Amino acid sequence: MENRITVENLSYSYGTRRALDNVSFTVSCGEIICFLGPNGSGKTTLFKILSTLIPPMAGNVNILGYNLRTEGKAIRKLLGVVFQKPGLDGKLRVYENLRHQGHLYGCKGKSLNCRITELLEKLDIKDRTNDLVEELSGGLQRRVEIAKALLHSPKVLLLDEPSSGLDVGIRRQLSEYLNLLAKTENILILLTTHLLDEAELSDQIGILDKGRLVSIGTAETLKSHIIGDIVRIETTDVNILNKVIVEKFGFTPIIINNILHIECEHGHEFVREVVTAFPKEIGNVQIGKPTLEDVFIKLTGNPFV
Amino acid sequence: MISVLLPVSTIWWREIIRFFRQRSRLFSAIAQPLIFWVLIGSGLRASFQPAGTPENQEYIEYFYPGIVVLVLLFTAIFATISVVNERREGFLQGILVAPVSRWSVVLGQALGGTTLALIQGILLLIIAPFIGIRFGVTSLLTTLGVMFLISFGLTNLGLIIAWRMESTQGFHAVMNLILIPIWLLSGAFFPISGVPVWLEWVMKINPLTYGLAAFRHSLYYNTIPIGSELPLWTFSILISTVFCVLTYLGATWTAYSQTN
Repeated sequence: MENRITVENLSYSYGTRRALDNVSFTVSCGEIICFLGPNGSGKTTLFKILSTLIPPMAGNVNILGYNLRTEGKAIRKLLGVVFQKPGLDGKLRVYENLRHQGHLYGCKGKSLNCRITELLEKLDIKDRTNDLVEELSGGLQRRVEIAKALLHSPKVLLLDEPSSGLDVGIRRQLSEYLNLLAKTENILILLTTHLLDEAELSDQIGILDKGRLVSIGTAETLKSHIIGDIVRIETTDVNILNKVIVEKFGFTPIIINNILHIECEHGHEFVREVVTAFPKEIGNVQIGKPTLEDVFIKLTGNPFV
Repeated sequence: MISVLLPVSTIWWREIIRFFRQRSRLFSAIAQPLIFWVLIGSGLRASFQPAGTPENQEYIEYFYPGIVVLVLLFTAIFATISVVNERREGFLQGILVAPVSRWSVVLGQALGGTTLALIQGILLLIIAPFIGIRFGVTSLLTTLGVMFLISFGLTNLGLIIAWRMESTQGFHAVMNLILIPIWLLSGAFFPISGVPVWLEWVMKINPLTYGLAAFRHSLYYNTIPIGSELPLWTFSILISTVFCVLTYLGATWTAYSQTN
């Protein structure tokens, strides 16, 4: 069995709207790959195709040596899937949800019970085994979802916006657990997110915008698209200041939400000069090392919302 | 074999558990038809002697098998509504990405709805002796068999609709537009004899007409004649069985065509 997912020139459209446009990437077992993009960037479409819910329209997808078009059933056995919307039955107990899942994958009896207990212990929800799922908090339900997805020991774990609706502390815990899982069990984890801090923790980050995979690499490689610092300037009239900065300093600012974003090698020197030159016009100035959001803005010219 | 039956049985089991943990469903599927039966049955008692039925049969007794079938219809159809919501988001998506054939998913769902309908139907059968229907072992067993056929066909019909629907509102619209008329024109409410010719034809091509006829035959199995205009017993069973097979195939096909 091959140990990677290869996607080549994958495209998908809803009517005339292109949801995925020639997306290609490769990711190996033991790695976490994260697709980052605003709403409508094609993340969920990519997720649905990889989880076998919808067929690819063009391009090839190979999951651990199986062709997604022709060997869907073999692929389904290898996948653990966590959907964005809750996939548990609230009227069933935690244990019942997991047993139902096990049966779908052909697990039963004692070995299934052992596996359920093992996972509930690992995810620290053993004491809620017999509670109805609808009585659990959002964070605990997410853990049950993950236990459910891991029940049949999948080789690939797909998660669509796994941390939506979770508070920061639980989000961090989840990320740490996923990292541990990828490394210790050699699972390939693919997740989508619109949260920048969640993406930072992945081995590879793919930036999606309007269906196109704009860039892919580690957080460091992506940030190396930007040389030096990022300066953000709020001002009374962005257009005037923009023009002046272009003429006087030779930078090409990007205007997002009435804020000038300027990439420059020596941010502190530029800030000193620009503030001295326009003491009245400039309201607020920020200087910092580039974030993934800055990378997104630079690569797409669009705000990350 | 076990690998095929395990997903079917687990999907079936979930339908049952869910039902009993939602008390209101149990009540709503049975209370409304019962109220119908008592009010309409008693109200029309004096003015309405169904054509082609024995002299001594009162309207409330004529209407009784129709009400049992209405309960089967309500329970079976309501059991399939969850498909509408759960297919796009929620529990059913998890089933769709599992290595389980669509036909076994549909079979589990259909048997689940059928079982629930049967349970409700059996509760209603308890009333039968009070309106003069006497069961023997054979008539009881055939009655249960016929109720199974009716419920299985109706659940599958519900699944065909539910697997295509985008919203539960749409589902209710279809229910009012198609399912209620199917019941109304099955001989549940009034017999086929004496109706205008066009209506007679509508009733004759309505598959539920034969389900209801089989049900009336089985209730009065070998006891009293139940009217000359009813379709033949064997023919009714045959049509009901064919209806079950076709709707199951239709539901499976719909599930395949609506998913990858």
